[in-house]
Amino acid sequence: MTDNSAQLRGAPQRHDDTRTQPKTSILNDPRFRGFAYQAMLLAALVALVWWLASNAAANLAAQNKATGFGFLGQPAGFNISFTLIPFERAASYLQVYFVGITNTLLVASIGVVLATVIGFVVGIARLSSNFLIRKFATVYIEILRNVPLLLQLLFWYYLLLNALPNVRQSYTFPGGFVLNQRGFSMPAAVFDDRSWIVGLVLLASVILALLWRRHTLKRTVETGNRRPVWLPMAAIVLVPTLAALLLSGTQITFNVPELQGFNYRGGFTAPPELTALIVGLVMYTAAFIAEIVRAGILSVSHGQTEAAASLGLQEGDRLRLVIIPQAMRVIVPPLTSQYLNLTKNSSLGAAIGFPELVSVFVGTALNQSGRAIEIIGLTMLVYLTFSLTTSLFMNWYNARVALVER
Amino acid sequence: MSKKLLLLAATAAMGMSTATAYADTLDDVVAKGYIDCGVTEGVAGFSFPDENNNWTGLEVDYCRALAAAIFDDPDAARYTPLTSTARFESLSNGNVDVLSRTTTWTMSRDTDLGISFVGTMFYDGQGFIVREADGITSALELDGAAMCIESGTTTELNAADYFAANNITVDTVVFVTRDEVTQAYLDGRCDAYTTDSSAIAAERTLFPDPGAHIILPEIISKEPLGPVVRAGDTRWFNVARWTYFALLNAEELGVTQANVDDMLGSDNPEIMRLLGVEGDFGGPIGLTADWAYRIIKHVGNYGELYERHVGENTPLNIPRGLNALWTDGGIQYAPPIR
Ligand SMILES: N[C@@H](CCC(=O)N[C@@H](CS)C(=O)NCC(=O)O)C(=O)O
Repeated sequence: MTDNSAQLRGAPQRHDDTRTQPKTSILNDPRFRGFAYQAMLLAALVALVWWLASNAAANLAAQNKATGFGFLGQPAGFNISFTLIPFERAASYLQVYFVGITNTLLVASIGVVLATVIGFVVGIARLSSNFLIRKFATVYIEILRNVPLLLQLLFWYYLLLNALPNVRQSYTFPGGFVLNQRGFSMPAAVFDDRSWIVGLVLLASVILALLWRRHTLKRTVETGNRRPVWLPMAAIVLVPTLAALLLSGTQITFNVPELQGFNYRGGFTAPPELTALIVGLVMYTAAFIAEIVRAGILSVSHGQTEAAASLGLQEGDRLRLVIIPQAMRVIVPPLTSQYLNLTKNSSLGAAIGFPELVSVFVGTALNQSGRAIEIIGLTMLVYLTFSLTTSLFMNWYNARVALVER
Repeated sequence: MSKKLLLLAATAAMGMSTATAYADTLDDVVAKGYIDCGVTEGVAGFSFPDENNNWTGLEVDYCRALAAAIFDDPDAARYTPLTSTARFESLSNGNVDVLSRTTTWTMSRDTDLGISFVGTMFYDGQGFIVREADGITSALELDGAAMCIESGTTTELNAADYFAANNITVDTVVFVTRDEVTQAYLDGRCDAYTTDSSAIAAERTLFPDPGAHIILPEIISKEPLGPVVRAGDTRWFNVARWTYFALLNAEELGVTQANVDDMLGSDNPEIMRLLGVEGDFGGPIGLTADWAYRIIKHVGNYGELYERHVGENTPLNIPRGLNALWTDGGIQYAPPIR
């Protein structure tokens, strides 16, 4: 042992010599080889893409097909049943694109929020000590996760069509709400031209309330004195907004759906296609989120709960301050992929007649214009942008909730 | 690793030099021994799988005529059901050799999609079907109605034109497949269902209670339906077009499936040219001299096809109307074979 270490002690000198004069060829230098492989891979990739693109262009030319993005300015010539932005038959293909994007965004944003809420509830229920609740959550998850989504969407859609009454026998609710096969109609608020003042005040007071909440929570941590949060927040938002509403003399009227000929008109109507799509996506995605939440909670060792309890934290605070923040580290990355899945799965709306992006743009617009490659490209761009934005946001959030090592 | 990459790059480089040459469809078809024919997912009378799962209908018989002209065998055809949205891509990518599928001849389709319309097998127009219980008698009373439509069709465009012109707002609900459209209409999602009036007549025969629905009198568009081939292949286009003309000429000259063999002995020069007894008109389009004889022998003439699938003795019961020969007051007219 001692002999060996004596030898080793002498070694560095010789080693230094060889390092200053590399005798090996550059081809055997791992760093060089690394770069070379990367460069070759990149070159091959560029060549492949270039080859595919030029082949596609040559094929399209050989098929005598018109190409290019000029069609985006042409009138589309068809109607779309559900749009958030104004649209009529003479609108351009570009507007069809925007209608598709906004409709997809609508489904995705409502879907993500509801799926998160239901997913968390079911995930926690799955860990409940109550046998019935626990089993119910398990059955829900197992059924919903294991039936193809397309089938579920068709199920909800035809269920809605068959369960709801026709227009003449609509269910009407006080306040002007109407439910029938054609959808769920509700009064729509109509704002006059002074409403922007109220909107501005509302926005400002919401920001103020959030700042105030941050401040109060900080004070609570610093002083250990618990202060009310929600009630003052509500006051900060409501008082100035109501004051603005009254003082500015803004008139808000309601456009109430009324039966006229074939159907109720006026107000806002959520068609059954939209409802079925959102219900289907939410129920399906929530099942996956529930499992993610369960895994996240289970990943926090029970000792943490006990430690928090021994510090005298109440049940709610234990969850909010100790368990959930640690569970979130496990939950957020897979949750992000569920959000992305939900957004991309919304393209199945085409199957039940909801005019989301794939349905109006890849379905109808592609067929009427014949610009397959351009339209598919533009559509992929949208999903890519949605996905990257969601990922960026979730990565930012994840960095915030990540364990801070001190 | 690096060898694999080199290989990949080399393959890519070689691929680049192989410019895609478009083969001659007739040669391809002869080489594979059958034609690939794109049809609907099932419109009774036009292209519909019968109880033995054999495709049948006016548009299917056109494909059978084509197969008979080329192979002397009407069964040398395979059928691919295509949705309205898939049909043109499928044709231009070579998945099918001919599209014989309730497809309307329009200028933009003919000039912009790399496809060519062969002719008009069936002159049609867009109509509406509604529930009788709703008590309406005209499309102009459809204000506020919900309407089920198939995606990617001229139907979508015509409906938008018509209702805008008449200041009527309708709520159009668009589905991708025919099944979904009819199911949604039958389930009460829509007050009306609109498409080519022939297809409406065909669909109605499949409804659970056909009598509970009425077809409105308005025909709001011109829908010349015909076979389509890829643009730029003149030989195949000629084969496709003259197959259709042969069906019409045969009817005009009174040559039927039953009498075609007797007609071989006819001394009417027009019939002799049609049946290849005098002159060889098949050669220039890559077929045999008796190409038209084969068509009539195996499939019949246009009038026979019509009566077999959509005429008065079928459930569809569509009068000949515009689809009668020009000699009978219709507009079906074929250039002479000479
Ligand atoms: N003729 C119109 C409409 C053609 C069309 O697709 N019609 C529907 C009416 S139901 C149809 O045939 N569908 C059968 C199917 O999708 O298989 C067009 O060419 O755009």
